[in-house]
Amino acid sequence: MAVAASNIGEVTVAKPKWRPLENERNLAWLLLLPTMVLLGLFIAYPFMRGLMLSVTDSRVGVPGEFVGLDNFRRLAVDPIFHAVVWNTCLYTLVTTIFKLALGLWLALLLNRTFKFKAFTRAFILLPFIIPTVLSTFAWKWMFDPTFSVLNWMLYQTGFIRTAINWLGDGDLAMLSIIIVNIWRGVPFFAISLLAGLQTISPDLNEAAAIDGARPWQRFWHITWPLLLPVTMVVVLFSVIQTFADFQIVYVMTGGGPANATHLFATYAYQLGVGTGLLSQGAAVSLAMFPILLLIVIAQLLYIRRVEVR
Amino acid sequence: MIEGEAWRRWVYFRIPLALFLIFLLFPFYWMVITTFRPDGELYRPWRAVNYTPFWTWNPTLDHIKYLFTETMFATWMWNTMFIAFASTVISLICGVLAGYALSRLNFAFAGSLGTGIFITYLVPQTLLFIPLSEIIRNYKLGDTPWSLILTYPTFLIPFCTWLMMGYFKAIPKELEECARIDGASRWQAMLYIIIPVAVPGILSAGIFAFTLSWNEFIYALVFLSSPEQKTVPVGVVSELIRGDVFFWGPLMAGALLGSIPVAIAYSFFVEHYVSGLTGSVKG
Repeated sequence: MAVAASNIGEVTVAKPKWRPLENERNLAWLLLLPTMVLLGLFIAYPFMRGLMLSVTDSRVGVPGEFVGLDNFRRLAVDPIFHAVVWNTCLYTLVTTIFKLALGLWLALLLNRTFKFKAFTRAFILLPFIIPTVLSTFAWKWMFDPTFSVLNWMLYQTGFIRTAINWLGDGDLAMLSIIIVNIWRGVPFFAISLLAGLQTISPDLNEAAAIDGARPWQRFWHITWPLLLPVTMVVVLFSVIQTFADFQIVYVMTGGGPANATHLFATYAYQLGVGTGLLSQGAAVSLAMFPILLLIVIAQLLYIRRVEVR
Repeated sequence: MIEGEAWRRWVYFRIPLALFLIFLLFPFYWMVITTFRPDGELYRPWRAVNYTPFWTWNPTLDHIKYLFTETMFATWMWNTMFIAFASTVISLICGVLAGYALSRLNFAFAGSLGTGIFITYLVPQTLLFIPLSEIIRNYKLGDTPWSLILTYPTFLIPFCTWLMMGYFKAIPKELEECARIDGASRWQAMLYIIIPVAVPGILSAGIFAFTLSWNEFIYALVFLSSPEQKTVPVGVVSELIRGDVFFWGPLMAGALLGSIPVAIAYSFFVEHYVSGLTGSVKG
């Protein structure tokens, strides 16, 4: 201890000052205290409350009684909930594949040197920065059946003969929200993967090029394996955010037409806040948890394996 | 780099990049053009002969005027700014302290606490909003800015902590030891030596946290109810759509103006933002 050491030379040993923060453990707990209080109050406690809510039949203003697993049993036979599970999985899978492919492509383009590179990169991140709800309204306006600029463009270029009712048809509405999600997610993938690309030494690629490797071979045998750890983490983040997405669907379709585009979060919102069936809403959003947990565990294990290799 | 003939550069680089830029930026162009387009042109079907989607000859400020006179847009802007700023400050303080403790102090459970915070980082807001709305109501915080200022840190702190841990780990231990030999207490060494070195990291975490809280929607939608308390995204959704009628002009004007502050903040700190973004991924 620093205090004790400074006293050694003195003849009369002064009583060391009481300085509890010199103890690493005390200081650590003090520094962590505000974080633990906030996370405990607004994450751990709500999580427990959510679990408790989901086994009662509470509504807004009615405390409700214990009903066991009735809410989950109801979900198991609820056709809308089945559609929700299917929609969410489809939405997550399709958008993640496209975001990864397009994001990687864009990252490879940005990894070259060209004029206005910093400028371009700053603009590319805009869809990720601008509040999602606000930019999604621009998309909704672009998809408007009567005034759609997209229909106009497709008509002018000869792809369509009649108006497409983008948000009025179940499958097209799903396609629309998928497009918007890809649009919003590509910048995140591109910029993160670009950072990963920049850590790969260009010497490796040059050496391979001298040995006669084709560009595609260089990508597949050098760039891709070295980029894999970053890619996995980016995918992990994106999958979780997409799986739990709310904003895009809420603005574009509100879950419609005829519940065709509901995701977990929008359905939970409709039940819990829209209709006031608190416990059923809580059950729907908690149903996300085991799936998210599985995704996280699988990805973390995979990341660890990749890193060890 | 071996550069091929000119056409190769066009096919493999310039055209794809241009297409990406058009795809990523067109909605913003559409937002801007709609904001300044008079209603008469706005509600002209795309089949009409005089439909001119990409420009307008009669720009107008009516939609912006409507926003400031007929709605509480200015109040929403102020609310959003205040909430984003306050929750960012709270999260930065908590995140810096926690990041310091987890990365530079030896104590039992340091590892498991770090993992715990990483896991809360992965909990989406949509998982907890229903029980949380009850709790907010019980604490009598409903319909006040504090309901958001206190809950936004739940998704900002884990991110800030995680980012700051990375920054602190990169600072050599000797720096602190020198200060302590010179008589600084642990607290002083942290406050006056280590934290100033980590300022770039704090800026990155701050700008990232600010954009995240400006972006947040579902908590604000559920916790706030009176028009004068709302944030920009919630206000735009709830006050500019009446039943099935969308006020597209003011809507787009609101979207544009509501995006400008965060875009300006971002433009000042692009490099910090990018390093925050990539730092959050590298972990």
